[in-house]
Amino acid sequence: MNNRKTILTYLGLGLFGILGPVLFPAYTLSIAYLWMMVLMASTWDLLGGQMGYNSLGNIAFFGIGMYVSAIVQVSIFYPGGVAEYTSAMGSIKPEFTASQYYYGIFLGLIAAGFVAMLFSLVFGSFMFGLRGPYFAIGSLGLAIAVAEITTTINYVGGASGISMPMFPGDIEFRSVFFYILCFVITVIAHFLLRWLYSTQFGLAINAIRDDEDKAEAMGIPTRIYKQIGWGITAFFMGSIGAVAGNMAGFIDKEVAYPIPTFGIFMVAMVLLGGKGTLWGPVLGAVIFHIIKETTWTYLLGWQWVALGLILIVNIVYFQQGIMGWLQSRYPEMFGIVVDKGHVQTKKQDKAEA
Amino acid sequence: MLDNLQLLFVWAPIINVQIILEGIFLGAVFALSAYGLALVWGVMNIKNLAQGDFVIMGGYISLALSNYNLSIFIILPLVMIIMFFYGLIVYRLMIKRVIDQDMFTSLLATFGLSLLMQQVMNLIWGPEVQIIDLDLPVYDAFDGFVTIPSIKIISLILAAVLSIAIIIFMKKSRTGQAIRATAQDPRAARVLGIDTDQIYAFTFSLNSAICGAAGVFVSVIWVLQPFYGITYSVRSFAIVTAAGLGNLPAVITAGFGIGLFEKYVGAIIGTAYEVAAPVSMLLIVLVFRQISMRKNRQAVK
Amino acid sequence: MINKFMLGVGASLVLTVSSFTTATMAKVEGDTITLGSSISLTGKYATNGLHTQRGYDYAVDVINSSGGVKVGGKTYKLAVKYYDDESTPARGAQLAERLIQQDGIEYMLGPYSSGMTKAIAPVSEKFGVPMVEAEGASRSLFTQGYKYLFAVLSTSNLYLSTAIDLAAESSSDPSSIRVAMAFESDPFSMDVRAGVVDAINKYGMKIVIDDQLPADLSDMSTTLTKAKALKPDILIVSGHSKGAATAARQINEMKINIPMIAMTHCEAAKVQEKFPKAADGFLCPTQWVETLSKSDSMFGTAAEWNEGFKAAHPSYTSVPYQSAQASAAVYVFKEAFEAANKFDQDAVRDAISGVEMETFYGDIKFSDAGNNIAKPMFMRQINASGNYNLVETAKDMAFPRKVAY
Repeated sequence: MNNRKTILTYLGLGLFGILGPVLFPAYTLSIAYLWMMVLMASTWDLLGGQMGYNSLGNIAFFGIGMYVSAIVQVSIFYPGGVAEYTSAMGSIKPEFTASQYYYGIFLGLIAAGFVAMLFSLVFGSFMFGLRGPYFAIGSLGLAIAVAEITTTINYVGGASGISMPMFPGDIEFRSVFFYILCFVITVIAHFLLRWLYSTQFGLAINAIRDDEDKAEAMGIPTRIYKQIGWGITAFFMGSIGAVAGNMAGFIDKEVAYPIPTFGIFMVAMVLLGGKGTLWGPVLGAVIFHIIKETTWTYLLGWQWVALGLILIVNIVYFQQGIMGWLQSRYPEMFGIVVDKGHVQTKKQDKAEA
Repeated sequence: MLDNLQLLFVWAPIINVQIILEGIFLGAVFALSAYGLALVWGVMNIKNLAQGDFVIMGGYISLALSNYNLSIFIILPLVMIIMFFYGLIVYRLMIKRVIDQDMFTSLLATFGLSLLMQQVMNLIWGPEVQIIDLDLPVYDAFDGFVTIPSIKIISLILAAVLSIAIIIFMKKSRTGQAIRATAQDPRAARVLGIDTDQIYAFTFSLNSAICGAAGVFVSVIWVLQPFYGITYSVRSFAIVTAAGLGNLPAVITAGFGIGLFEKYVGAIIGTAYEVAAPVSMLLIVLVFRQISMRKNRQAVK
Repeated sequence: MINKFMLGVGASLVLTVSSFTTATMAKVEGDTITLGSSISLTGKYATNGLHTQRGYDYAVDVINSSGGVKVGGKTYKLAVKYYDDESTPARGAQLAERLIQQDGIEYMLGPYSSGMTKAIAPVSEKFGVPMVEAEGASRSLFTQGYKYLFAVLSTSNLYLSTAIDLAAESSSDPSSIRVAMAFESDPFSMDVRAGVVDAINKYGMKIVIDDQLPADLSDMSTTLTKAKALKPDILIVSGHSKGAATAARQINEMKINIPMIAMTHCEAAKVQEKFPKAADGFLCPTQWVETLSKSDSMFGTAAEWNEGFKAAHPSYTSVPYQSAQASAAVYVFKEAFEAANKFDQDAVRDAISGVEMETFYGDIKFSDAGNNIAKPMFMRQINASGNYNLVETAKDMAFPRKVAY
């Protein structure tokens, strides 16, 4: 894509991002969720579209991040820990001052990202020998296992869940605060990914996608790159999970590990927008979110059926997604040079005439 | 956990019998559904993530039929026939188009199908659990310590009969041979005049029918709920991954293995882990496969 | 030609247009007071969410046709605005915010289930919106210091602790009683467990089985097998309708004979219909019974409320208590509005706090924390003919439970 268009696009989205909550204050949270979806889709695509490792279990990091953040946020001021705070009889009632809350949440966010990344290291050690569908199924199984095991850990309230610390400060600001967090994290992730894709790393992971054995034979340290990719994904999923937990106000297994919903949404969004492109996931997320928000209230009871249908239709009939379709129709727009062989372009005709 | 171990092996070892039996009954149903999965996977290279939902659907159809007070011996074939045609429809509308695509596509497509089926079943029958109680006698042994509802024995026998029937079908009939030929080499099969599209359609529908049968057993032994499908899918995948694709005896053994594993994990470590058990088993199997393949510097593809 | 900039603009336009088309409803408009509620109309709580919604709507109809709500000399009708929270806490919180910020709702009726209420309560609390809820029984809702949350139902810890009390009553040495329990891994059941454990500790009883059942498991055989070996004196199960249905079936299959068996959600799972032989002797807690001898001027006696509700919804053969407590919640609002005699949220909140009344549902009086301390849980026992008998003391109970399978 040429520079002018790119700058215009970023300007447009940036304006929307910054002015959104100002112009539509009632939709602040909804747009915040939009950024969250963009993040989920973009990070999924790093592993799935760019690297060819389709994971159905990235949502595990979302949940891990959520719980880690809760632990950090409560434990730094109440070392007795999260379990006391959440116990059904509610033995302690923490009061957080504003500064304590903000300190806690920022620390929690970062801790969530790093711990999730750590988990990705552990998981990677046994998951990366799997390829293709085995990796997909394995990651799904992983997410389910993590979700189930979380309910057995009493320290995080087991199945009772955790009530998150209340936001100190004024109500409208709460939405804006979380909005800013979501937006900022998403923007950071986007630019990080954009930069990554333009480096050797980007080429390398594409090589892994195209033919991993050859890539290995050529000396690319595939294992390390795979790990880095998953680590980055985990970091951002964990952080956004932390934010989501605070937004929801109450965490339990269903909130933290929405495997059949968000876990699959991220894949659906990327497919819709176009796998393996920088903007595909973004586009897919935006469209998906808009459709979801506007139809959810009107298709009561049938919204999930609609979703399943969209997914199937998309995969079966419209594989390459919107970006993919656009790229094949208008390759020049994306700076892709199509070698037309001896089919001359109009310019060449003119030049020769 | 220590208490549980003591209970099982020191104080009341007789309850091991009950646990083993439960594991076997559980495993029998899984083995059936796993076999169908292996069939579709081996022949068409489709990994059907909706397998569990087909099972549950079979269960719901069985529930609907049970309102007419039919015996299970009639319900079973009826459900299988209905599910066969359902599988045919799904194949023609959807599966046909994803067969030649890359593997992830089939996975995701079937996941979409799973979502769709779950939600439609939810709309029709509601999110509450449903059960069919055929009110058949319960046998007990060992002074009441071990109880076996006769329905479980009947199901086990029926499952066995069904499996044997399928094996014989695959070995002896022309269609069965055609299926195996297509699985080995689709192109060669086509060259030899086998209509692979028909074979695929048949295989998928057969799988659907097998799942339907498994569903009937689930409905009379356990409970039905629209969203339970995924647990059956995961278990089936675990079995198939452990046993490999072509190997029916291995699938059956693995099926019983997982059933027993699940029950023993529940008995020893705690019931809270009973669902995590087959899932973890899947991961463990995958890891072992990986390790063994790494020796040959290969990956599990 | 499409480019991303235009897409961004397009997205903004769509959202703008959508925002204009959403009707903005103020809390009090003309002569209607609109209450807001995020309720589970789809998802795993849908069945009970629907019972709750019907309870709300029935009460609204009765109140409106009996002269409405009189505030400041004027008569108002009640109305409720609903959103479907899909049984998802995050969505519930989002919808609660939408009700309050976008739709201008100033008073709320609670969602279904403790989990949903736990997610929504912080939102209503933050906005100073009084919420009267009827379906979130978790005791931990009332230890958070919420000032705007009120519940008409008894809290979850009381559900099965009564069973422990009964066990203690019917034994000469309570501390020798051995308890087996199985709870589903979800917030409600864990709360019930906490109440049971408290009661157990009070008497010094011993816990021999303490199993946690995964939410998507339909098999209790492991627990029951252990129970057969360990021979406890009482078995306690809580796992929503699924837990009750599974337990009843497998107790039947495994021919379990434990002197006392208590579980929640018997009525919802219809165990007395499906497993009449095994259900004989089950102790089932309930928030309300239709034979209750309480009454009020709006709905009459419990039986009259029951008849009225059934007339409005003929498909019900027996009305679940979820609907009854929902109606009671709406009634509390009516009383509070009239007592405060104005629509200021804090005044109404204080009025709710001061409510003390007898209703068809039972007595209502709120503690400082907001839960109803005037109404007990009722324990019923299923007898051999499938009927529920009220058990008020150990003498009313058929004990020990001995079923000839």
